[in-house]
Amino acid sequence: MKAIKKLALATACAVATTGAMAEEKVLNVYNWSDYIAEDTLANFEAETGIKVVYDVFDSNDVLEAKLLSGKTGYDVVVPSATFLARQIQAGVFQPLDRSKLPQYENLDAPMMEKLTSHDPDNAYSIPYLWGTTGIGINVGQVTERLGEDMPADSWDLVFNPEIAAKLADCGITMLDAWDEVVPTVLNYLGEDPKSTDTALLNGKVKDTLSAVRPHIRYFHSSQYINDLANGDVCVTVGWSGDILQAMDRADEAENGVEVSYVIPKEGAGLWFDMLAIPKDASHPENAHKFLDFLMRKDVMAGISNYVWYPNAIPGSKEMIDEEITSDPSIYPTPEVEKNLFTFPVYAPKFDRAGSRMWTALKSGK
Amino acid sequence: MNIAQVFTQTLKQSGKKLVVLLPFSWLLVFFLIPFLIVLQISFSESRIAQPPFTDLTSFVDDVYTISLNLFNYIDLYEYDLYLSGYISSVKIAFTATTLCLLIGYPIAYAIAKLPPHTRNLALMLVILPSWTSFLIRIYAWIGILKQNGLINNALMGLGVIEQPLEILHTPIAVYIGIVYAYLPFMVLPIYTNLVKHDSSLLEAAADLGARPIGSFFKITLPLSVSGIVAGSMLVFIPSVGEFVIPELLGGPDTLMIGKLLWSEFFNARNWPGASAVAVVMLLLLILPITIFQRYQAKDLEEQANEH
Repeated sequence: MKAIKKLALATACAVATTGAMAEEKVLNVYNWSDYIAEDTLANFEAETGIKVVYDVFDSNDVLEAKLLSGKTGYDVVVPSATFLARQIQAGVFQPLDRSKLPQYENLDAPMMEKLTSHDPDNAYSIPYLWGTTGIGINVGQVTERLGEDMPADSWDLVFNPEIAAKLADCGITMLDAWDEVVPTVLNYLGEDPKSTDTALLNGKVKDTLSAVRPHIRYFHSSQYINDLANGDVCVTVGWSGDILQAMDRADEAENGVEVSYVIPKEGAGLWFDMLAIPKDASHPENAHKFLDFLMRKDVMAGISNYVWYPNAIPGSKEMIDEEITSDPSIYPTPEVEKNLFTFPVYAPKFDRAGSRMWTALKSGK
Repeated sequence: MNIAQVFTQTLKQSGKKLVVLLPFSWLLVFFLIPFLIVLQISFSESRIAQPPFTDLTSFVDDVYTISLNLFNYIDLYEYDLYLSGYISSVKIAFTATTLCLLIGYPIAYAIAKLPPHTRNLALMLVILPSWTSFLIRIYAWIGILKQNGLINNALMGLGVIEQPLEILHTPIAVYIGIVYAYLPFMVLPIYTNLVKHDSSLLEAAADLGARPIGSFFKITLPLSVSGIVAGSMLVFIPSVGEFVIPELLGGPDTLMIGKLLWSEFFNARNWPGASAVAVVMLLLLILPITIFQRYQAKDLEEQANEH
């Protein structure tokens, strides 16, 4: 009996020491769907021997609910900057240890400066990819319905009821993310996209959306990639890279569908997806290694080449296909950039008002 | 009475208690405790923190206070989308249950009339689809119903229609989904009831000159009411709170309380509000659950009397 006790004690000690010395070689990552290159994880595993357990989501809301319930089991998560700001306030992340991130200097300094409005001192996060919220178009179907003089570069395509009515039969879809659509509508109406005026929200914004509501087939944040590529829908309010992926898939399928992505002339929302480590992550060491890996020029270039989203590592640009870097809908030109606005961070009260307006709108009430 | 007898006696009694204890502790752990947690959250306030709601109890200056915040229930009452959500959920569940009954009863009846050895095969066929994940089966319906899907392609290929039918993302798709998913829950209880019927009753009726249709409505149908009630409740109760089917197959205008609850919880990040929605939904379901219980109890009693 004594011998067994001793043995047990010895094992316990051994476990305790190895625990302190090195983490088990596992990393749990929770990222957006279709949001990494095919070989990124395999390369990381080969280089570090850390096994990556990879899981995906398609809405910030789902990620936030998991983070707020605590102990998600994930070591790296990728919220958008507006959501990250609130999550930092809720205290769900651990500060990054920059001594473990030698590649940190590769990050785009002006962008990091801009991001301090969401993450003061850049203490908790680094940018992963960024993009715009614009319009994806099935060129053939839309031209057929609107003729050559279609307003291809305007939000009128979606928010003007007369035009939307003509496109309803080939399918208009919208992101199921009110916190991006509302600022977009405000901007279209010539108001401040950051406005948190509930009267405006339930007045002009809702009226604009309600007028086109009958012509919208569905509100969803990932379904449209396939549907746009297959020709099941023809106009979609979506995320730049996702629509470009649809374009790519349609090309590969050679199904005669021509997809294009537009940043409308009225302007569009700009967003950043951020890498952060939850406070209760079980493998923070591995997480830091992964973040460092993701700041390498060759790695980020590989990801941008695959997902068609720009990254925050300027040094990677020369390794990215010219087809991507020269496309102003992906890397906006300075003129287009002037029209881009960042999405605001909302207080709980406006959050509730916005979400309810959205639910009511979606159900057609 | 010797010691051995006393011993077996106590063992029997404690055994009885143990048998009752098991289902009760199951309910306690997996139903009552989670419900109390939801109830507690419904009386709190939301905040930006982890977890995103306040504690009901506080201990300040040696005073222990419990504060119940009724705001979420008042808010629920004042926000009329919820009322229409509840009504529309009940409506959809009711229609789906009726459809299930109309389709399920003949199936159950046919199976009960089969010779005993083919019955099991038929029952197997009813249950077999549920060996695949519920979620995957609902996803499969997307492929069948969508614009470029199986049904539309087949009908257009045959020249029956020229424009694809819009079925997916409409209430029709939701009904198809619910009826498809819950049909076995209707068929099985009705079958169990029908198969126990004494066929001599029908023979006697025939001898006395009753037509088959007449004896079905006078004998079989009334005798199978408890099966119908059981099946209907098993379909109706989960349908009211259904989330997956309206989310995947329904359009944005398919208003169901499960979806509203989701958006209150995930999109509005209002956990206390979502909990209040859940509590009210449970209260709504108490009535049908009681009816179900009563019929079951009656059924059991009748069975006990027969033996």
